[in-house]
Amino acid sequence: MVEALGSTQEGNLIINVGPQHPATHGVLHLVITLNGETIVHVEPHLGYIHRSIEKMCESLTYRQFIYVTSRMDYLSSHINNHACALTVEKGMQIEVPARAQVIRILMDELTRIASHELWWGAMAMDLGAFTPFFHAFRERESINDIMEETCGARLTMNYIVPGGVMQDIHPNFQNRVKAFLKMYKSKIHEYDEMVTGNIIFQNRMKNIGVLSAEDAISYGCTGPTARGSGVSSDIRKIYPYEIYNQLDFDEVLEHGGDSFSRYMVRIREMQESIKIIEQLIDHIPEGDFQAKTKAVLKLPKGEFYTRVETARGELGVYIVSEGGTTPYRIKFRSPGFSNLSVLNHIARGSKLGDLVAMMGTLDLVIPDIDR
Amino acid sequence: MWSLQKIANTIHEWLNTTFNSTIATTIEMVIAGVAVITLFALLGLVLVLMERRIAAWMQIRLGPNRVGPQGLLQSMADTIKLLVKEGLTPNGADKFLFNLAPFIAMIVAMLLMAPIAFAKDFQLWDLNIGVLYISSVSSIMVISILMAGWSSNNKYSLMGAMRSGAQIVSYELSAGLAILTIIVPIGSLQFSEIVQSQVNGWWIFKGHIPAIIAFVIFMIAVTAETNRAPFDLAEAESELTAGFHTEYSGMKFALFFLSEYVNVFIVCAVGATLFLGGWMPFHIGHWESFNHMMDYIPSSVWFFGKTFALIFLIMWFRWTFPRLRIDQLLNLEWKYLLPISMFNLLLMTALAILGWYF
Amino acid sequence: MLNEELKAAIADLLPEAVLIDGGEWVNVKVDASEWLAFAKQLRLEPALNFNFLFCLTCIDWKTHLTMVYHLSSTQYRHNMVVKVDLDANKPEVESVSSIWRTAEFHEREVYELFGVNFLNHPDLRLLILPDGWEGKNPLRKDFEDPINMIKL
Repeated sequence: MVEALGSTQEGNLIINVGPQHPATHGVLHLVITLNGETIVHVEPHLGYIHRSIEKMCESLTYRQFIYVTSRMDYLSSHINNHACALTVEKGMQIEVPARAQVIRILMDELTRIASHELWWGAMAMDLGAFTPFFHAFRERESINDIMEETCGARLTMNYIVPGGVMQDIHPNFQNRVKAFLKMYKSKIHEYDEMVTGNIIFQNRMKNIGVLSAEDAISYGCTGPTARGSGVSSDIRKIYPYEIYNQLDFDEVLEHGGDSFSRYMVRIREMQESIKIIEQLIDHIPEGDFQAKTKAVLKLPKGEFYTRVETARGELGVYIVSEGGTTPYRIKFRSPGFSNLSVLNHIARGSKLGDLVAMMGTLDLVIPDIDR
Repeated sequence: MWSLQKIANTIHEWLNTTFNSTIATTIEMVIAGVAVITLFALLGLVLVLMERRIAAWMQIRLGPNRVGPQGLLQSMADTIKLLVKEGLTPNGADKFLFNLAPFIAMIVAMLLMAPIAFAKDFQLWDLNIGVLYISSVSSIMVISILMAGWSSNNKYSLMGAMRSGAQIVSYELSAGLAILTIIVPIGSLQFSEIVQSQVNGWWIFKGHIPAIIAFVIFMIAVTAETNRAPFDLAEAESELTAGFHTEYSGMKFALFFLSEYVNVFIVCAVGATLFLGGWMPFHIGHWESFNHMMDYIPSSVWFFGKTFALIFLIMWFRWTFPRLRIDQLLNLEWKYLLPISMFNLLLMTALAILGWYF
Repeated sequence: MLNEELKAAIADLLPEAVLIDGGEWVNVKVDASEWLAFAKQLRLEPALNFNFLFCLTCIDWKTHLTMVYHLSSTQYRHNMVVKVDLDANKPEVESVSSIWRTAEFHEREVYELFGVNFLNHPDLRLLILPDGWEGKNPLRKDFEDPINMIKL
């Protein structure tokens, strides 16, 4: 076992949080050096579910590898698929039909809401409040039902293929989504009443785990983690893909940099996603849901990089092609990996209970970190 | 009218006429012991089920509803499961203390039942320092938790135990001061006299603002003292997996679990006795006919109704609030609750001297 | 800054850098010995301000390894790619974790998956692979795992 920093000091206690621990929501292993209740050092040990997806993809064709990526960040699997499809489309210069673009964005935003819902419930549970988890799942279930109806799956949808989506949306899709929006809006006030406005919750979150804007950029934080520190990092705004530049939505920014800011970013982001869905749900253009593509996809020789905004931050897909049917090298720049690297920086000096809150607000999904 | 008091008196008379007084007292003690153990088990079963159903109700789900009618036998099934489970003792543990700790927890919970007045003249031991007895015996609980945490030879357990030690010792102060606030106008620590003093109204109404403040402080402090959320730092499962009982399994774990629930019952019973009149029906001053009507409801119903209302309150806390951090927890006690309850005690003393309560 | 301006600015900074055509972003190939100084310039030059290293990876070309650094500026929103060729047998390059903190984790990942030795890295240890891992680096092209890899 590697020596954790500071472990040699007299009076320090080293505890292993994970790989099996209720707070890590997966198989993350943290070696924590404690001085009493105060954290001296946090050392992540990864690899418990490293499946080497990058290596796997080297032997899969451009149609196949997309499905593996659903297993990276399983909470925004749809957005992962989207990123891969965009990269292949960029390489082959496939024009995606307008209908497919709108469907993709609708699915992306539904996924984002579902992911943030799960995060909200799980984070409240980390702080010791169990009830919000079930309330979050009430809404998340209805999104999963919509997904199931159209994609046939609830978690790893694998709905996006290069050139469009796999099949057309279910005839009932629009009604279901509208019903969900109505239900969601009638319930959203419960979130503020139950968690956001709670004095204990605010005391646990405010001025905890402060991450400055400079550090957020330097550590490569993206997504809500960076936006909580006031760093504009929404790929949908900065480098728009699909038709995001035609949509009316705001990039959510909070300037506190503490856990509460990160929390508020995600809460407000759900509202923005609702806004996007509302703009699109009645205006799904008619037409093909998939572009005509060749049976065997071959990317030209070269390098292709796409960035998309997942629920956790910036996902980069970097494909190096030699002109064959399989990628020569593929790299997924996962948001969770960089976001995790900041944990030691923000956790040092705070209490053990706060570490759990910080991990909650960083929204770590372990398969995304390990890949 | 049927009452617990009559049953108790009948048994007492019959025993004394059949046997000589020594044997009769011995048999009475055995009966009392069996009754306490039965109540202990029964309370555990009922409260666990109650907690699960309340949690389910607050979390928009159904809760246990498969075993028996309406899931009533669920906690029975759980008990059987826990009984047949292997009670592991870790290799590195201090075996004697490790196995002793759950029993201390259980014995403390049982001892606390002695002075509780369950109904009119239905009490095991009406000693003249009843409230003092309760607050001092309940302090032994912390020893069992420290013992469990230390002997488990587990860092999580140790941290949980240390947290619990700091927490219980601090919150006992406020709980004690809140109790004292009510004791001042009564002038007695005896449970029967405390209940009798509320014959013309419960203390929460008679004692004006100081009594209400004391009640709120008492409820917060006992929630902390029984290690219940939002003060469940000793077993904070998202931080310390299960805190001091991480290494326990089977029936040894169940004893901790049961004693937690029985402690909740006891502190709520004490709260009900001090602030809500114990078994005393709802009386208003000199409204004789109203008071007389209220007396038709049996005193045991009043007692258990009040106690379970308070238990519901504590369960409500648990399923609503997030957990505090250890420094916030101690801040709350030492910087807010303790000064407030000290001031409150002075206020009540002044009221008692001036006779400004009903 | 547009790509053309960026190319001119980079040519000013480091005349030896080779600009590679193609791709949506400016591609620059630099020598491993010049990389650290060049990286510092890219980060500190006010007109460039590449403060965000959004991707760091390595490619195994069998004959040599190529480190790929994707840089971006949160101020000007321009991107560029820097490539550094490394020797396949003894891959060594200066760590850039002092410039971009995120490189610390990403370099550890590359270190264990490709075997690239990062000089002056503060904490170069295995991150993903189990402690005491021996044998080839998994993402190299010559890596063989008879149990878990299925050859078609």
